[in-house]
Amino acid sequence: MPFNEFLGMGGYGFYVWTSWALAFVVLIVNYIAPLRREKQLLRQFSRRERRRTQ
Amino acid sequence: MLDTMWNWLHKLASPPMFYRFAGPAANGFGWLSLALLLPGIFLSLAGSPPDYQQGESVRIMYVHVPAAWLSMFVYMSMAGAAVVGLVWRIKVSHAFVRASAPIGAAFTFLALVTGSLWGKPMWGTWWIWDARLTSELILLFLYLGFVALQSAIEDRDTADRAGAILVLVGVVNIPIIHYSVEWWNTLHQGATVTKFDKPSIDWRMLLPLLLMAMSFTFYYASAALRRTRCEILERERNSEWVRELTGGIDAVQ
Amino acid sequence: MHPATATRAMSGVSLSGALWSILKRDLLVAYRHRSQLANPLLFFTMVVTLFPLGLSPDPQLLSTIAPGIVWVAALLAAMLSLEGMFRSDFEDGTLEQMLLSPHPLSLLVLTKITAHWLISGVPLLLMAPLLGGLLNIRPESIGILLATLALGTPLLSLIGAIAVALTVGLRRGGVLLSLLVLPLYIPVLIFGAGAVSNAAAGMDVTGQLAVLGALLAFAFGTAPFAAAAALRISLN
Repeated sequence: MPFNEFLGMGGYGFYVWTSWALAFVVLIVNYIAPLRREKQLLRQFSRRERRRTQ
Repeated sequence: MLDTMWNWLHKLASPPMFYRFAGPAANGFGWLSLALLLPGIFLSLAGSPPDYQQGESVRIMYVHVPAAWLSMFVYMSMAGAAVVGLVWRIKVSHAFVRASAPIGAAFTFLALVTGSLWGKPMWGTWWIWDARLTSELILLFLYLGFVALQSAIEDRDTADRAGAILVLVGVVNIPIIHYSVEWWNTLHQGATVTKFDKPSIDWRMLLPLLLMAMSFTFYYASAALRRTRCEILERERNSEWVRELTGGIDAVQ
Repeated sequence: MHPATATRAMSGVSLSGALWSILKRDLLVAYRHRSQLANPLLFFTMVVTLFPLGLSPDPQLLSTIAPGIVWVAALLAAMLSLEGMFRSDFEDGTLEQMLLSPHPLSLLVLTKITAHWLISGVPLLLMAPLLGGLLNIRPESIGILLATLALGTPLLSLIGAIAVALTVGLRRGGVLLSLLVLPLYIPVLIFGAGAVSNAAAGMDVTGQLAVLGALLAFAFGTAPFAAAAALRISLN
């Protein structure tokens, strides 16, 4: 199928692609956020440990 | 064999053990999820036929339905973990409940928005008060209520147990809510019949649907374990094992 | 009521004595502040009034939506009155005494719920036909309106008690209470208002009344336990 038709999705392109894009955003955000939070926490705690042992 | 399984579960109840287990487990589930997601995406978007009535817009179903299934599955998991936390007083379990809530709410939100996007070309309106979407909306309220209660209570222990009660009350109410919304919907059934539940589905559509659903499920396991690790760190910040853990980390990785 | 009286009422006395004294006391306190009894009723009336003002005074339209409006307004009025269920006991220490009582907390809670329903729910019941009349409700559905409210208002008190118990210790628990309780109220609303609309259309409503009855029985058997557990958690 030519790529243009694939994008067009039989006229429903906007609805289909917005749905899928939103799904990806949700999945990515909900995975990245805890990863970053964890790194942030560990950094915070190690700084606190260093201050304490000084 | 049951003995060793019980021992292992018992060990998991300890925060440092769970923390250590959850990292690789989250990675494992993450890869599983991805492994299912890729064929799922391919089949959903390209490898399956369009619907004879709805055309290509049916491809939204491959995101909408799994999201709706997960919104329920996450709540059920929260309820299970709530029971474990209350009955056996396992704090790690409560941490898991708290970690799951935003993920469940996100899936519910996704189900609602994709449902709306699926409906617009079909019925011409952005929102329709059909049984499925209305139930999802009420489920979103249940999730948000849980999050609101947790943030309103300062003491972690109290928040955990109050939240657990709320989740259990919610889980008991969900079938009641579904039944009442179903009944309400048939009462006011207009000319539109929603296409969200297909009576008999072609296996070429069922396969991508199941792949996406399983992918989302493993994703939930992975993301929830990651969030639980953060929860555990925050709760145990002053404990010996966390200090040992972070004392050894000098440079930021 | 003085906490010491509460203790006496709670521990040295038989179970039925304790329950009766709780009921009597709550009713007495409500009677002493009977001007405040009118507040939920006033709210009920005003909310009903908002609809013709916000929509249209057309009697045909109003009679169609009257069951829903009366039910929503009654539900909101019931919800607003929830906070009072444990508030004064919490503040004067009686609630803590109840937790220490040898009598089953779930029964003490059930009595509090009964008192709450008698004080806040029953007046709504009595007011409803009048307000239905204002909305041109079909006369044949007034009986069902009363029946659904008679089954529904105790349900609202029972379900509400759990939410109140979860938020009783919080400083500004009012709005949170509403957020928690409204999703749980939805089935009651659906069957209650639905039955009245169906009755107005001449359909048989025994099914819906049966469901409401079943929900009431279920809540009666489970909500006091849940609320008691929640109270123990809230008060640590």
